[in-house]
This record gives sequence, structure tokens and C-alpha cells, in this order.
Amino acid sequence: MRIIADRLRCVGAGQCSLVLPEIFDSDDEGLVVVIGEVTEADADGLRHAVRICPVGALSLRPDSSPAPGTPQAAGR
Amino acid sequence: MAQGFPLPRNCPFAPPPEYERLREEAPLVGAELPGGRVWLVTRHAEAQQVLSDPRISTDPATPGHPMSALSAKPPSAEEREAGARFRAGQFIDMDPPEHDVHRRMLIPEFSVRRVREMRPDIQHVTDRLIDDMLEQGSSADLVEAFGLAVPSMVICRLLGVPYSEHDFFQSRTRRMVGAAGRSQRDAMAAAMEIWDYLDGLVTEAGRNPGDDLIGRLVTTRQATGELSHDALVGMTFLLLLAGHETTANMISLGVLTLLRHPARLAELRAAPDGWAPAVEELLRYHSIVDWVAFDRVATEDMEIGGQNVRRGEGIFVLGASANRDPRAFERPDELDLRRGARNHVAFGYGVHQCLGQNLARAELEIAYRTLFERIPGLRVVGDDDELPFKYDGVIFGLHALPVAW
Repeated sequence: MRIIADRLRCVGAGQCSLVLPEIFDSDDEGLVVVIGEVTEADADGLRHAVRICPVGALSLRPDSSPAPGTPQAAGR
Repeated sequence: MAQGFPLPRNCPFAPPPEYERLREEAPLVGAELPGGRVWLVTRHAEAQQVLSDPRISTDPATPGHPMSALSAKPPSAEEREAGARFRAGQFIDMDPPEHDVHRRMLIPEFSVRRVREMRPDIQHVTDRLIDDMLEQGSSADLVEAFGLAVPSMVICRLLGVPYSEHDFFQSRTRRMVGAAGRSQRDAMAAAMEIWDYLDGLVTEAGRNPGDDLIGRLVTTRQATGELSHDALVGMTFLLLLAGHETTANMISLGVLTLLRHPARLAELRAAPDGWAPAVEELLRYHSIVDWVAFDRVATEDMEIGGQNVRRGEGIFVLGASANRDPRAFERPDELDLRRGARNHVAFGYGVHQCLGQNLARAELEIAYRTLFERIPGLRVVGDDDELPFKYDGVIFGLHALPVAW
């Protein structure tokens, strides 16, 4: 699972960082930055953050990085 | 169909009683206003939809904007002229992309991180005001001594407006947003006086910029030509006004509500972690900004909640109704200070969602917590039916709140 934060849409409301301060913060421009690792345990919190973002700047995607056992991952 | 608008509140702890019937009737209901017909949005899902749809404009200049329908008379030449003058920098009345350019200049000043840094200062201001109250005796008007004073000191310090001028601003702000029966002309004159003062302040900051919001914008944005002098004055004007009245009303109204729920208040005193969700619930429950900031107009034909809305039709989102929608909140009329629901629209939704919301949250949390910690014997003098609620204002609150300890 990955969380995508669209900084072009972000209006700096900060709702996400109130819900999950260990994952979301704001930078010097006041816009969202993802600072933490996202795990399955955060799924509910992340879905909540996606829903309450006033501008739909957050989206959850299935993890697109290669699964363990694939040639790319095995090479690491 | 709503008969007349705005609809009055008759209970300090509930939205206008008509809202429940309208909400059950349909997500969008028509209302006949003196200057034409508008849509009222009654439910939470449609409220969020309208407030975040880029085909829906908030610009008062867009044909069909609902504010012009509130009065049967078209605005006079004088009012139009004043309106045009006040338009500069008022990004609350702008659509993207113009809106975004202005808002983005201010976002860093109000970010969660910046507000965290401001907390010690807010705490200091709050403590000083409580010191003054305690020194002056055993009773006070909480609105004057605390509710208005906290946000107005905080926003003055943030902007770089001398707090010695707060009486000047408060009296004029009251004339602008106070009684609905007051003349439009007087409200306009009050706005003009604030504008002229800020105009001078921005000019002075150009010569001698301070380490405050106005000073920073003068050096980083005005100097580069990104922001005109008038736009900077307009932005300051908007922040000063927005930072004043709303938080002040929430402080006083929240204190009253908490005192009316002593068992809940005792729990909060024992476990201060509960203040953050309690603030969220008080915001939802009171919804003091109901429709006045949620004035919109469709710029295309569209369907909202199964209703066809045509281009040029005006829309008011009833925030106070959306926040009591049982489709979005369980037992919505119950004050549940542990609810902690963050999906309320007390700060709006979409690109215009309140810029200062996290500053407001910090102010409310610090103000409530500190007041009840330091004055444990605080009580309201008088029953609810004797208190002067702002039934006549466009933002709900209290004109005064006599308290003793």
C-alpha cells in the first residue's frame, strides 16, 4: 500500500497530519509531506485521512513495488 | 421548499428548527428570497460535494450569486464601488486559480507546524488575560474579558497589528457583522475605517517591516511584485476579521456549553487529552458559521443529489444542517465530547476550507483548558433564557456572558 499526496492540490488544511502525525507533516510552504513509512496497520487511519482531506489531495494505491521473490526484489 | 431565508435559530444549542424538516424533505430545497430563488443544501454529502466542485463558483461577480438575492434592491452605485474596492486580496471570494495564488502565500503562516510553534505564545496570552480577570474581582463579562480578547490578541500579534488598537477593531467589527438590522451603510463605513487603518499599516511596514505576517509579506511578496499593496491590505483585512469574531464566539459559547454539562467537564479536567476531540465536537455541534461563508453559484448545468441545478442558480450550503445530518453522524443532536468526528463542515470543505482552522483549534483548546484549570469555580450568572445570544447576527454566538467565581 502506498499513499500519494498531491501537493498541487493541497491547501494546507492539515487534516491529514492531525489524524496521522507520524505519517504526514507540512513543509516550509505549509503543504503536505509524507514523512513516515506506511504499513498495513495504518490502513484505517489512511482511509480516514483520504476521506477528510477537503480537496482530495490524498490517494491510497496498492503497493506497486515488486513483491518479494520477483527477480528485481531478489536482486536487492 | 423553505419559507423565507435566513431561517432563525430559537435555541442556543441547535440549528434553526426548520432545518430538520428541510433535510428530510430533500438534499437540495428551493427557497424564495426577496431577490430571487436559491437552493439550500441540507445534507452532509451534498454539502461536501457543492463545496468542492470546481464548476461551482464563490465569486460574488458570477451571475446568479445568491448574496444578491438576500435583498430585493440591487446594490447602489455607492455599494458597488465599495465592493470593488474591498475585492482586492479577498481570496475567500475568489475561484481558483486566482484564489490559490493568494492562499498559497499564507498557508505557511497557518500550517499545523507553525501553529504548534505559536502554542506557547497563545498560552501566555491566555494566562495573562486570566490573571487580569482574577485580579479585577470575582465576576466578569467573559466575552469582553476573555472570549474576544484571546483571538484578537493572537491575530494582532501574528499580523503585526498593535494590540493597543483592538478596541478600534472590535467596535468596527461589531458594526460589520453584528445585528442584521443594522444599516448596510454603517457596516460599509466601519469596513472602510478598518481598511484605511490597515492601508496605513501596510505602507508603514513597507518602510520598516517587522517580524510578523505583514512584514514578511511586504518583503517577500510585495517587493517582488507578486502582491499589490491593495491585495496585501485586503488579505490582512480578511485575516483580522476572520480571526476575531468566529473564535471569540466559539470560546464563549463553548464555555457556556461545558458549564451546562458538568459531568463531561469533570472528565475533561481529569483527562486533558480529551480536549482535542471535545473542541472538534463543539465546532460541529454549534456550527456558528452556518450559510454565510457557503454562498455559491453553479457555472454549468449539473445534477446534485438528484436535483438538476442550472448554470447561474445560486446555492447556500447550510453548514449547521449538514453537521446535524444523521446520515453522517450518529445521534447528531447529542453533544458527545468524545465523538472526535473530523468530517464536520464547521470549517467548510474544498479549497476554501478555513485557512486558520488549526490556529482556531489551538486557541479553543488552550482557552477552554486553561480557563477551567485556573478558575475551577467558574459559573454562569443567569439562565440560558436570560443570556443575550446573537439570534440577530449572521455568525451565532453571545453578545455577553456574565460569569462569576
